[in-house]
Amino acid sequence: MKRAGFATRWLPILLLLPQLAIIAVFFYWPAAHAVQSSFYLEDPFGFGSSFVGFDNYTHLTSSSEYARIAKFTLLFTVLVTFFSLALALLLAVKADNVIRGAKTYRTLLMWVYAVAPPVAGFIGLLMFNQSWGPLTELARSIGWDFKLGVNFDDTATAMVLVSVWKQVPVNFIFFLSGLQSIPKSVREAALIDAKSSFRRFWDVTFPLLAPTGFFLLIINITYALFDTFGVVDTLVKGEPGNNPMTLVYKVYVDGFRGNDLGGSSAQSVILMVLVLALTVFQFRLVERRIHYT
Amino acid sequence: MKNIAISSAAALSMLANTAFAETEITWWHAMGGALGETVNEIAEGFNASQDEYTITPVFKGTYEETLTAGIAAFRAGEQPNIMQVFDAGAATVIAAEGATVPVQNLLEANDVGFDIEDYISGVRYFYADADGKMIGMPFNSSSPIMYYNVQALEAAGVTPPVTWEEFETVTAPALKKAGFTAMSQSHLPWIFVENFMSRHDLPFATNANGYDGADGTEILVNIDPLKAHFTALTKWQDAGYFEWFGTGWGDNQTPFEEGKVAIWFGSSGSFGGLSKKDLGFDFSATYLPYWEAVTTEPKQTFIGGAALFAMAGQPDEEDAATAAFFKYLTSPEVQYMWHRETGYVPITTAAYEMATADGHYDRAPAAETGILQLSLDAGENTRGYRMGFYVQIRDVMNREFGRILTGEASVDDAFAAIETEANELLARFAKTQN
Repeated sequence: MKRAGFATRWLPILLLLPQLAIIAVFFYWPAAHAVQSSFYLEDPFGFGSSFVGFDNYTHLTSSSEYARIAKFTLLFTVLVTFFSLALALLLAVKADNVIRGAKTYRTLLMWVYAVAPPVAGFIGLLMFNQSWGPLTELARSIGWDFKLGVNFDDTATAMVLVSVWKQVPVNFIFFLSGLQSIPKSVREAALIDAKSSFRRFWDVTFPLLAPTGFFLLIINITYALFDTFGVVDTLVKGEPGNNPMTLVYKVYVDGFRGNDLGGSSAQSVILMVLVLALTVFQFRLVERRIHYT
Repeated sequence: MKNIAISSAAALSMLANTAFAETEITWWHAMGGALGETVNEIAEGFNASQDEYTITPVFKGTYEETLTAGIAAFRAGEQPNIMQVFDAGAATVIAAEGATVPVQNLLEANDVGFDIEDYISGVRYFYADADGKMIGMPFNSSSPIMYYNVQALEAAGVTPPVTWEEFETVTAPALKKAGFTAMSQSHLPWIFVENFMSRHDLPFATNANGYDGADGTEILVNIDPLKAHFTALTKWQDAGYFEWFGTGWGDNQTPFEEGKVAIWFGSSGSFGGLSKKDLGFDFSATYLPYWEAVTTEPKQTFIGGAALFAMAGQPDEEDAATAAFFKYLTSPEVQYMWHRETGYVPITTAAYEMATADGHYDRAPAAETGILQLSLDAGENTRGYRMGFYVQIRDVMNREFGRILTGEASVDDAFAAIETEANELLARFAKTQN
């Protein structure tokens, strides 16, 4: 194999420069700023600030409320990731088998993808309206006195449902294309070897879907952690009260609503470390064990 | 070369003279929907009233979003001339000396007459500093009042309760019998804490309710009268006298509008909206009840809503424009128009007298409730409060009250938690002030 290369050392750097500049300005600089301000308590208008060392962090670690929100975020992430992957996989397998009207099914299933998170949240708000929401009435008809915005668990349920509903189409598209890229010959061979479709799925299809699956796993964890902000904000109507919220939402509540810049920065630094850990996990562990063909 | 520079400079300055004959100022506000239209009407009225200045109102979202946008703009040196800041954000903006020009100084420096006595009494000192100097110009001022469904009270054969004791023993049981939920309210921290303190003349925080400075200010909510009130709320909830529909403002207002709830505690500023709705029943309003067990001399409430702050760092002619606008805004005609359209109280006595003379309160007696309540006797603790990071303190209160009302926490535990967390936040805020 012939190695392609640049004749000078400066040309590649020059070509990389625009991209590096953008990363530096829009990522490293704000990130460094966040780290710096997490060690200060600052007057919102910027007239005074005092260095407090790790106070903002110890304040968080000693706060039972922060621990409660962290626990909820973990549970929320697990539930949203699991259900949106499982449902999408189920739908993709079923849609893959459909021959007649396949296009219509696929379009219908992908449809929700175009809905923005706040809009999804708003639809959720309508569905779970306290006095006339169809889903509230459905819950009441089975004896569940569903109260969005009043009961912690009910609000959490609505958040999970709306977030899953919003995420299923993305996963569905990936799973479906993953399924359709499995060579026909492999499927036919499997058909001969295993009679039960259940076995065929677990022994042949599922492992071949693994790269797609692991990719989606990371995407979904990130989605549940960060992109559900709009859903959470709409469902709690900007006033969390005793309703559940996620860690990202807490950053917003303290920083943008409450003007506590130091405390909010410390929280975003914690989230940044979390993202870093996820990235390392993805590249080091997952990518090494999964074989792309 | 030199010639070109001189002539182009001359041309530029001529251009400047013609193009900028009018001084332009901007006003960032949080008034959406119908309120925003009325704001635009005021701005247009001001622009038409003279030809020296032009004001441009800009809607920036919720109160919190407007404050955050204003802070960010100030830090970038791009602040608007006027920024609307709500009651809970007052401590943040007033504590930041140098961020705003005190409205009293602004008006005096620009020879616009100013006399704090012109303003109605519940309005005067909320946005003032410790010495009583007015820092922000009260704009959309409101106070919580008690709205009631006239037909529902008639059906139950009761009159609006004056005390909470009367509500508990007479009003609520009768309303329940007549098939109503007796009461709901919007915004527990504002109505049942902040104004509860004022109505009963109880101290809300040390350091003269926080007016004397952030250092060492501690909240005083963990007290028996307040805990007794919330204990009563839980009892009333169990008895079907009171229902809590969540932290959202509208969630608690809707059942009243639907006729399910007979008495609703809301804002005097809700009057305009309620009267424009086709409710299917007559409504009226009166003062917040008080606990006879706590006081026999109930006092005034203070204003909620928001005030306008003149941001510092603007050229003199723009400050003059801002002063001229404030003068226009506080004129009786404009205040009366704002009051009539929105239900917010007129902030000056002159505007109130104009509304009275015009027969506004004969046509709509409930429209007067807020201003009357704000003008009741003042007490030691009725001018308001000044606490930093107060938006978060309200969030903590909302959370704990939610826990009380859903049975997740006892009243004692909830108030202890509020006290601890609020004092932590206050101490953190005090540290930012060094």
